[in-house]
Amino acid sequence: MKNLAQNIADVPRSVAFRPATILVPWLACLAVALGVHHYLPMIVDEYWVNVFRRMGVFVMAAVSLNVVNGFAGQFSMGHAGFMAIGAYVAAGFSYYGSLYFRGEANVDDFMIQGTLLMLVGIVAGAFAAAGAGYLVGLPSLRLRGDYLAIVTLGFGEIIRVTLELTGKQVYDAKAFQDAPLSTLATLPFNGSTGFERVLPYANLFWVWLFVGVVCVVAYRIKNSSAGRAFLSIREDEIAARSMGIDLTKYKVRAFVLAAFLGGVAGAIYAHTGVNPSPTDAGFQRSFDIIIFVVLGGLGSLSGTAIAATLLTGLSEVLRGPESIVNSPAGVWSLAGIALALAVGSALLKAVGNRGWRVLAVASVAPVLLVCFAYLAQWLATAWGVKLSDYRMILYALLLILVMLLRPNGLLGVREVWELFGPEKPARRPGAVGPGKEPAP
Amino acid sequence: MSDQPPVILSVRDVSVRYGAIRAINNVSFDVRQGQILTLIGANGAGKTTTLRAISGMVRASGQVRFKDQPITGVRPDLLVRRGLCHCPEGRGIFANMTVQENLDLGAFTRTDADEVEKDKARVFELFPRIKERLKQNAGTLSGGEQQMLAIGRALLARPVLLLMDEPSLGLAPQLVQTIFRIIREINQAGVSILLVEQNAHMALRVAHHAVVLETGSVRMSGPAADLAASDEVRKAYLGHG
Ligand SMILES: Nc1ncnc2c1ncn2[C@@H]1O[C@H](COP(=O)(O)OP(=O)(O)OP(=O)(O)O)[C@@H](O)[C@H]1O
Ligand SMILES: [Mg+2]
Repeated sequence: MKNLAQNIADVPRSVAFRPATILVPWLACLAVALGVHHYLPMIVDEYWVNVFRRMGVFVMAAVSLNVVNGFAGQFSMGHAGFMAIGAYVAAGFSYYGSLYFRGEANVDDFMIQGTLLMLVGIVAGAFAAAGAGYLVGLPSLRLRGDYLAIVTLGFGEIIRVTLELTGKQVYDAKAFQDAPLSTLATLPFNGSTGFERVLPYANLFWVWLFVGVVCVVAYRIKNSSAGRAFLSIREDEIAARSMGIDLTKYKVRAFVLAAFLGGVAGAIYAHTGVNPSPTDAGFQRSFDIIIFVVLGGLGSLSGTAIAATLLTGLSEVLRGPESIVNSPAGVWSLAGIALALAVGSALLKAVGNRGWRVLAVASVAPVLLVCFAYLAQWLATAWGVKLSDYRMILYALLLILVMLLRPNGLLGVREVWELFGPEKPARRPGAVGPGKEPAP
Repeated sequence: MSDQPPVILSVRDVSVRYGAIRAINNVSFDVRQGQILTLIGANGAGKTTTLRAISGMVRASGQVRFKDQPITGVRPDLLVRRGLCHCPEGRGIFANMTVQENLDLGAFTRTDADEVEKDKARVFELFPRIKERLKQNAGTLSGGEQQMLAIGRALLARPVLLLMDEPSLGLAPQLVQTIFRIIREINQAGVSILLVEQNAHMALRVAHHAVVLETGSVRMSGPAADLAASDEVRKAYLGHG
């Protein structure tokens, strides 16, 4: 047996405070956002730029929902409600803010101040959503499983109906400037028509910057002591309590954090050129986000981010699969991705990194996509069958297939980078038997 | 009696009902500082319920005092901070987390990181096998390893009093021996232990005192050696004719 000092030396220590580990992720977020903002429009057209903005919103939504559903295991089905709160509050700030300060909302030369109003709105929206998260988190202390799901579902519907009952939107800057507070008191969010003329300040840069921020924050939460407490509550509440974890405090905390980040996602969503409307709070939207989380892996941030990205992209591709083969650039870039992944996989295998399996599987996906596109084209020309008509069926089939192949989601609770690293030594047979212990 | 160590946990007339079911009824006993008290009894006698009543996991009536302070109705997480730890029945391992993360959760209430590392080293000394498996998911450990992890994890909270619920459940005889040896080692390091066991034979051997529960009430109590020698216990729990 090793001596005590050696045992202590071998224990992996918690990471010490280093400015680099704090700063690097944020700088990386900034770099990614700038890169996406500048290079993506060179590769894809306007339509796909918008797809990528929506994709970013869904990644934020899925990652934030994962904090409560994945980490803490409290099944919330009203996440769209929190997002809608964030969306309406932020849109209220940027729309009525510009009406008040500028006297006009529907102008484009207002970018800098408009963006500022949006940023203020994002913060306000996130806090408003967090407040709602606190209220919804309280009943979660008494409820479990199905019952909690029903309560949170009801919460989303309450938000939707409340938004439908809001007052008429005010377009007249003069009227608003004269009586801003009494106007706001009527909740002028345009009822079931939806909040109009919110300017799309959240371009690719802002969307993906906030994607990065939300992901880094969620990752920090996962690896904090609170994150470990969340996971332990999800695993076994009684054992978590016997570790000294205050269930009440941490369950509510999970709801508040998820709602806060969901509020950010909603606030960005409101500024991507859509009219935020009451249906955005409905259960249909909540389900879409739950699908991303379940498919990516409850508790896995990278898994949910990947699932949200791929599924959003795929549901677009399914609108017209044959368009891929009609654009040589599309086929070539997919082939390039496949080749790069295959080469990467071979390299990893050569250096004995177990991540090669991940890359090998990933490299097949673009190939399958191109094959699928050719199949779609052939069906269309030879048989006159348009696959895009069956888009929702194909999407649903794909979800079923993934769940059958990966019942715990793409990555389970682990993160994608945890699948890389040196090959594990093969498990010694018979290492588990009682023989090794010294007899008493 | 005057040379007995002081009482660290005193249980007086504690009763628990689950709806209409009365699970335990006016249970009383004392655990003394630095000693092992074992609670034995048939299935459904109320042993687990008694531990839950002490650690605040179920609502109980009666008086429980820990270190001379009343703790009836105090939340379990606050009790852990005071040094009363409950190692629950069925191990309560966090299956989808690594062994390392499980251990970290054991020290959840502590802020003295350096001391925690030292305690971890001690745990690894007790259970060298745990250390080989730090990065492995706890759910993939064997039953015996899971039990070792559960005990090691509870020790990381630096308990003054450790409540253990059937630590030998489902283990091979040899491993049972090991677990009991470790229970004794933990006790010798100064931790008082309240041990619930099906394996009355072994439990009576390591314990200083014993309490026999029968359908929710204390049937007998006294020094473990006396009980092990009594005809009634030998017949009912030790399987001697
Ligand atoms: N949550 C509960 N709801 C209702 N009845 C319960 C509950 N928990 C335990 N009981 C009942 O209380 C009685 C005592 O149960 P307890 O778990 O304390 O027994 P035990 O002595 O630990 O048994 P075992 O040795 O089988 O673990 C049993 O009759 C059991 O059915
Ligand atoms: Mg029991």
